[in-house]
Amino acid sequence: MIRRNYSLFAAFVILLGLHAAPALAVNPDEMLSNPKLEERARDISQGLRCLVCQNQSIDDSDADLARDLRILVRERLVAGDTNEEVVDYIVERYGDYVLLNPPLKPETYILWISPAVLAFLALIAVIAFYRRKQREDGAGPKSLSNQEQKRLDEILGTSQDRS
Amino acid sequence: MRFWIAVIPLVLFAALAGVFLTNIGKDTSVVPSALLGKPAPDFQLPPLPGRDRGLSRADISKGEVSVLNVFASWCIPCRAEHPLIKRLAREADVPVYGLNYKEKDPQDGVNWLDELGDPYAAVGMDLSGRTGIDFGVYGVPETFIIDGTGQIRYKHVGPISNQVLEEVLLPKIAELKG
Repeated sequence: MIRRNYSLFAAFVILLGLHAAPALAVNPDEMLSNPKLEERARDISQGLRCLVCQNQSIDDSDADLARDLRILVRERLVAGDTNEEVVDYIVERYGDYVLLNPPLKPETYILWISPAVLAFLALIAVIAFYRRKQREDGAGPKSLSNQEQKRLDEILGTSQDRS
Repeated sequence: MRFWIAVIPLVLFAALAGVFLTNIGKDTSVVPSALLGKPAPDFQLPPLPGRDRGLSRADISKGEVSVLNVFASWCIPCRAEHPLIKRLAREADVPVYGLNYKEKDPQDGVNWLDELGDPYAAVGMDLSGRTGIDFGVYGVPETFIIDGTGQIRYKHVGPISNQVLEEVLLPKIAELKG
């Protein structure tokens, strides 16, 4: 009986989990009536850092400034800006730091290129490791001579023929 | 080969230690301002209720160094910082302007200044926060030093302390005044 209750409870918890879609910070009154523009606004907002909470996008954040920026993004879209123009408008004021995806430019080369370089170095290391291992395996101890094998068999008291 | 295998981790460790050492004590929540060395944005803000002088870009580009302090009555660190803004206005010998950021009620800013004293040469009221966004404000209080041509030359995020006032702001202002 107890067991059954547990499984019911587990099922309940799993169901709850399925319903837990990420909470929306975007208030209904902020949303644009034009679904196309609204979708673009959501898209842009998800790439912009909330400067108050820093590890959230303005789309996720409940901070006051995030709300102001969301509204600003929508205003620019309604005014006819392209997505890039909207992002540039914000970057002009807050710097590249607002972009959750850092742009590729000289200051960020290390950031973008180092994973590839590290992966390449790791590959070389792995290849070197296996090459060496192969070489060592080839140069391993020689197998027993017939005489040695015979002596071993005597000691172990076995007389099966090994070939 | 063997030598290098021994040395490379040491070199990497030393490099990382160097990076960490230079970053220790650095406040990671401070965002570098995109507006440093650039002209201050254009703005035109209405005065606080009952006052007749607001604040506009013309005020901060009159050929003299000035300070723009972003404050709000709902901002607790602003209250802590306020005595230092008064001191700054007294000692720096440049106009200190106030940007009253996003009050819920316009009267709040007036009451706050009545209670704590008003060191500002003029105060503009930014109810929507739009001028704040144009200045790249992301947390009040913030303090900008602006040169005579209206260029933003320094920005301090967060409440200023005695140390910041004496070792950073006052020398910077003196340097800009030449």
